[in-house]
Amino acid sequence: MKTGAKILVESLQREGTEIIFGYPGGVVLPIYDELYDSSLRHILVRHEQAAAHAADGYARASGRVGVCLATSGPGACNLVTGIATAYMDSVPIVALTGQVPTNLLGNDAFQESDITGITMPITKHNYLVKNAGELSRVVQEAFYIAGTGRQGPVLVDIPKDVSTGLADDVKLPEKVTLRGYNPTYRGHKRQIEKALDLLGHAERPLIYAGGGIIASNASPELVEFAQLASIPVTTTLMGIGCIPCHHPLNLGMLGMHGTEYANFAVTECDLIIAIGARFDDRVTGKLETFAPHAKIIHIDIDPAEIGKNKRVDVPIVGDVKAVLQDLLTLMKKRDAHEIWLKKIRHWKQHHPLKCPTNGALHPQYIIRTLSDLVKDKAVIVSEVGQNQMWTAQHFCFHNPRTWITSGGLGTMGYGLPAAMGAHFARPDVPVFDIAGDGSIQMNIQEFGTIASNQIPVKVVILNNMYLGMVRQWQELFFDRRYSYTELPAVDFVKIANAYGIDGMRVESPDEVLPALQASLDCDGPFVMDFRIEREENVFPMVPAGAAINEMIGGHPRI
Amino acid sequence: MKPHTLSILVENRAGVLSRVTGLFSRRGFNIESLAVGPCEEPDMSRITIVVIGDDEKIEQVMKQLNKLIDVIKVSDLTDSERVERELALIKVTAELGTTRAEIMQIASIFRTQIVDVGAKTLILQVIGDKNKIDALEKLLRQYGIKEFVRTGTVGILRGSKTVTSGK
Ligand SMILES: Cc1ncc(C[n+]2csc(CCOP(=O)(O)OP(=O)(O)O)c2C)c(N)n1
Ligand SMILES: [Mg+2]
Repeated sequence: MKTGAKILVESLQREGTEIIFGYPGGVVLPIYDELYDSSLRHILVRHEQAAAHAADGYARASGRVGVCLATSGPGACNLVTGIATAYMDSVPIVALTGQVPTNLLGNDAFQESDITGITMPITKHNYLVKNAGELSRVVQEAFYIAGTGRQGPVLVDIPKDVSTGLADDVKLPEKVTLRGYNPTYRGHKRQIEKALDLLGHAERPLIYAGGGIIASNASPELVEFAQLASIPVTTTLMGIGCIPCHHPLNLGMLGMHGTEYANFAVTECDLIIAIGARFDDRVTGKLETFAPHAKIIHIDIDPAEIGKNKRVDVPIVGDVKAVLQDLLTLMKKRDAHEIWLKKIRHWKQHHPLKCPTNGALHPQYIIRTLSDLVKDKAVIVSEVGQNQMWTAQHFCFHNPRTWITSGGLGTMGYGLPAAMGAHFARPDVPVFDIAGDGSIQMNIQEFGTIASNQIPVKVVILNNMYLGMVRQWQELFFDRRYSYTELPAVDFVKIANAYGIDGMRVESPDEVLPALQASLDCDGPFVMDFRIEREENVFPMVPAGAAINEMIGGHPRI
Repeated sequence: MKPHTLSILVENRAGVLSRVTGLFSRRGFNIESLAVGPCEEPDMSRITIVVIGDDEKIEQVMKQLNKLIDVIKVSDLTDSERVERELALIKVTAELGTTRAEIMQIASIFRTQIVDVGAKTLILQVIGDKNKIDALEKLLRQYGIKEFVRTGTVGILRGSKTVTSGK
């Protein structure tokens, strides 16, 4: 007989867990006692939200399931934003929460909250474990559900008497089978043939590549497919990194802050091959005018995404990697769509992203300098707002899983904890958190975690003393009425120093490279406070509700 | 927008009903009727939901229902040949010697059963589709309905077609 707590830790190890991010409390004391002399590594965060984001950052950077742990009530509730963030971006994490003893469930007992009820709409699945005997099976299922099909967060709620209760080892199946859960991995042959037929007839095809390609580790197949069929590729915010930035077929990001040439291409193409993407409103702008001349092939593992926002001509349900492999086997090399590619080259040449250079400290320059400095040897995490969009636009990403950002939920405060998690997945490269002055203050307490564990996260704060993205909207659409978006100056270096972290303030362009170099030379964490042009905007921009080729802040159309 | 009758086969477990209904409420759907009960498989339940919505929205909910781990099968019965029934218990004011005879006549036309006879009331049990029960309720209203209890619709496909786990 073993305690539930011991069964839990053994089950995590059997699933290959090497690290968990957590925060203790009353009902998880038995679990923490078990962790005390376990070989399972635990990182003590400073707020449970950070534990969830760290597990998420670990999962995105590694492709494995991330794990976080919190106590009942306030601890569990603090995980909620992190779980919702993972849910919206289909990130596999297992969130473990303590719960009051089973005999007190529903009693409003001390620190009780109905966390399975609360997280029902933001988890792929969740469990309230009723006895120690079922714990090992539940953990096995939780990892299986989180990490297969369309991935996502799974929560396991563990009452205190389940952790202390005794049970015998249960023989677990080699492979989990759940009769209500059978993801489709192989695409339907007939549909694939239909897709090939459309491809054969297209004159202006375009690949619209999303986070599903990263999730299914299908970047090599994607690039091969694009090359073989000579089709340009535009990526979503989540798809960045699936094709190298400098690849001649890469058009960069599309949508609200996409490149002009990507958005032009969408508007003029006659065939869209949407792969692991979901026609989100930030991508499509006004739906009726999105890809108005195009037939659509949509490849996705989640049948619920197909036809959700846009009518599709050829739906293919399946794992993106498997479907691309099938397409590659059946496809014949075709002649380049020369006229189309020429047009795109023309757009690229005449409508590049703008990088202002007037002697002031511009964020775009900082991002480009960082990009040139670290090249393909870094993981870049971002917060949310202008900082995120400038990074997405101006950093040159070479590889999948090197760009980590909260897309679907857009969670400010995501970056720093996610960067901590990413470090444990990729200790071989530096991890940068590109932050705004607003976002960093949403989880700034994690300076404590990176300091005490010497987690070498490099924090780049693009400090405009504004909630910049909101200010930009106020400037453009609310007559410059800056209602509650100005943030008073904060000395971030002093804050960092207070935690024992080195830092540097940067006020002019010539200090940028030395500061970034200093951060790389420093073995531990490092905080840089870049005092950027305060009213810099992210351009181009598609105003909400406009067609995506109606951008402001671009070049005159020639 | 028309009523859709969905038949949903689920694991018989705590929380399943709220997972299912949550997918409707988050989209602002009002559930017209709901029936849950055991079915031909011992550890599964069948939920029948009637909900009004446009076809595309309903199709999206069905896809989302299918994604729930505890949902085994979902079918929209709306456009198929099917049998749908509800059961209602109606407690109606029926004073001896006054309206009682009339009510009993209506009861027999509707092939209802009188399941309780009180000094001042009768309880009628009626089984039928929604229209039949609505019609009876309307007729009885003039006599004074004291209480009206009604199950959700249950539905089943005609002929040999089924909504089963397919095992
Ligand atoms: C938790 C949370 N609250 C509010 C928002 C809305 N929001 C989006 S961007 C933004 C401003 C972010 O400011 P900052 O971190 O300084 O970044 P900047 O845009 O200035 O680069 C806000 C408030 C959000 N995305 N997340
Ligand atoms: Mg800011």
